Amino acid sequence: MKEKSRNVYMVAGGVTKFAKASPEMDFRLRVKKAFDYAMNDAGLTLADIDGSVASYFSDHFQRQLMSGIMVQDYLGLVPKPSKRIEGGGATGGLAFQAGYEEIASGRMDTVVVYGFETMSHVNTWKGNEFIALASDTNFDYPIGGFYTGYYAMMAVRHMYEFGTTVEQLAKVSVKNHGNALHNPYAQSPMKLTVEDVRNSPMVSYPLTRLDVCAMSDGAAVAILASEDRAFEITDHPVLIKGIGTGTDSMRLADRPFGEVPLLPNEKPSDYKDLKYPGVHSFRAGRMAAKEAYEMAGITDPINDLDLIELHDAYTSSEIQTYEDLGLCKYGEGGQFIDEGKPELHGKIPVNPSGGLLAAGHPVGATGIMQAVFMFWQLQHTVKKHFHDDYLQVPNAKRGLIHSHAGTGTYVTVTVMEAAK
Amino acid sequence: MTLDPDAKLPETEEGTVVYNTDPLIIRSHYEIDYIHSYAQDSEFFRALGKKKLMGSKCKKCGYVYATPRSHCMMCGSETEWYELPLKGRVHTFTTCYFSGEEFLNETPFNLVLVEFDGVNSLFMSRLIGADTKDIYIGMPVRAKFRRNLKMNVTDVYFVPDVEK
Ligand SMILES: [Zn+2]
Repeated sequence: MKEKSRNVYMVAGGVTKFAKASPEMDFRLRVKKAFDYAMNDAGLTLADIDGSVASYFSDHFQRQLMSGIMVQDYLGLVPKPSKRIEGGGATGGLAFQAGYEEIASGRMDTVVVYGFETMSHVNTWKGNEFIALASDTNFDYPIGGFYTGYYAMMAVRHMYEFGTTVEQLAKVSVKNHGNALHNPYAQSPMKLTVEDVRNSPMVSYPLTRLDVCAMSDGAAVAILASEDRAFEITDHPVLIKGIGTGTDSMRLADRPFGEVPLLPNEKPSDYKDLKYPGVHSFRAGRMAAKEAYEMAGITDPINDLDLIELHDAYTSSEIQTYEDLGLCKYGEGGQFIDEGKPELHGKIPVNPSGGLLAAGHPVGATGIMQAVFMFWQLQHTVKKHFHDDYLQVPNAKRGLIHSHAGTGTYVTVTVMEAAK
Repeated sequence: MTLDPDAKLPETEEGTVVYNTDPLIIRSHYEIDYIHSYAQDSEFFRALGKKKLMGSKCKKCGYVYATPRSHCMMCGSETEWYELPLKGRVHTFTTCYFSGEEFLNETPFNLVLVEFDGVNSLFMSRLIGADTKDIYIGMPVRAKFRRNLKMNVTDVYFVPDVEK
């Protein structure tokens, strides 16, 4: 943060149940459902909203340009200000931060960030192709046109550098699908074993079907407000304590082999022989964490944070992200899950909602879904919204959400903290 | 007088595909040809026809890329073309059993990132002539080129660099 800006709070959220296909509603109605849920929860009316940010990734899925304005008018928010934010898988995280900026800058006092994706318009193979258009179409797409393949190559290198095992990857799948059994919004709750994950069909070696998230239809809404407004709206607003965003080259092949950007809990001697990021780690994730931690005053992430919702489109990326976020050192991600630290009752619960793997990944909604689940955790209202308090993290006071675009090109980290 | 209250759209036999009636779900087809320029990267694609792999070298800081980029990511300066060696090693790999629709009929296929001596970054390609269990990090590979060019990056691919 170069200069201190206004404090920004989240005051309400809503999510639709994510599903493989839900053709009975289009994207406008889906957003409307999540929007009304959030508006009712906060007791707000349309007159209270100053403007909005629209979050959706692909124009290909719907073959409808300007979907954002169609949602804006459906919600009754025209003629108020709005814009669309897009950044691949990180679209939701980036849009949430754009909403933050509307309040922080003083332009607005109350802003709605709405995200959606309707991926069921095409079959899974065509969907894979559309998503792969978010890789370099001259150099990477024509070779295979498959994002799972790119992540699998990163996973293979992580295994080579650090000794990470396929069983450790599988444990992430077991954890996240298991957590989702208690999340009524989740698309794929499942009770699994490591053997189930390894025995499911191989998608791209070493990632099996259960190491990879599915396509989803869904919407999510977050409402943010200035300090004065936030405390008028709710007794339990959640402060956006820090935001960070990192980027990296589109082509995996172009990633450099340099030095690790260090977090406050690390020293240069930790990584004497590590060439970074290469293709084993997400430099953008590390840079996003570094910026957000500086702003939020976090020096010891694993102890300063109580829970995390991170972008686990692949089990391998969850393990890589433990390291980017400094929950453990680079190379210790596999051991981190072996020790049970990210489990629901572990040292720091990661993806108590089930994450993308099990809650679903309707791209433009995903980063906002994470914000909503984190908001409910920090408000201690999981029971109210899930009708089940199994997933409520008892000591939840400060949490981190993490949104990530293809092979770590854009990554956002946002630190949220209960106001009381 | 040209007003005709009996005007009627011509009926056609094409019809449409209806998947479901409530909600009503129909098939909608879309297809397009792009006029795609490789622009400043054109030399890379032309060179594949001459069995050459062209990377880039920064004129200012000397960083060598295994991919074409006319300006350097490290310092922003202009680069010059740099002929890559045709032999390298596997930096990492995978085998894809599924893919996007366009490549589904080619599965399973291997993807590799290739590292070259004296080059700072990697090159992504297909590896043929080896099964997953035979591929390892550090494995020597060499570039081969199609004779009938497709004028895209698949005109180069890699094979294991071993004696027959
Ligand atoms: Zn340079």
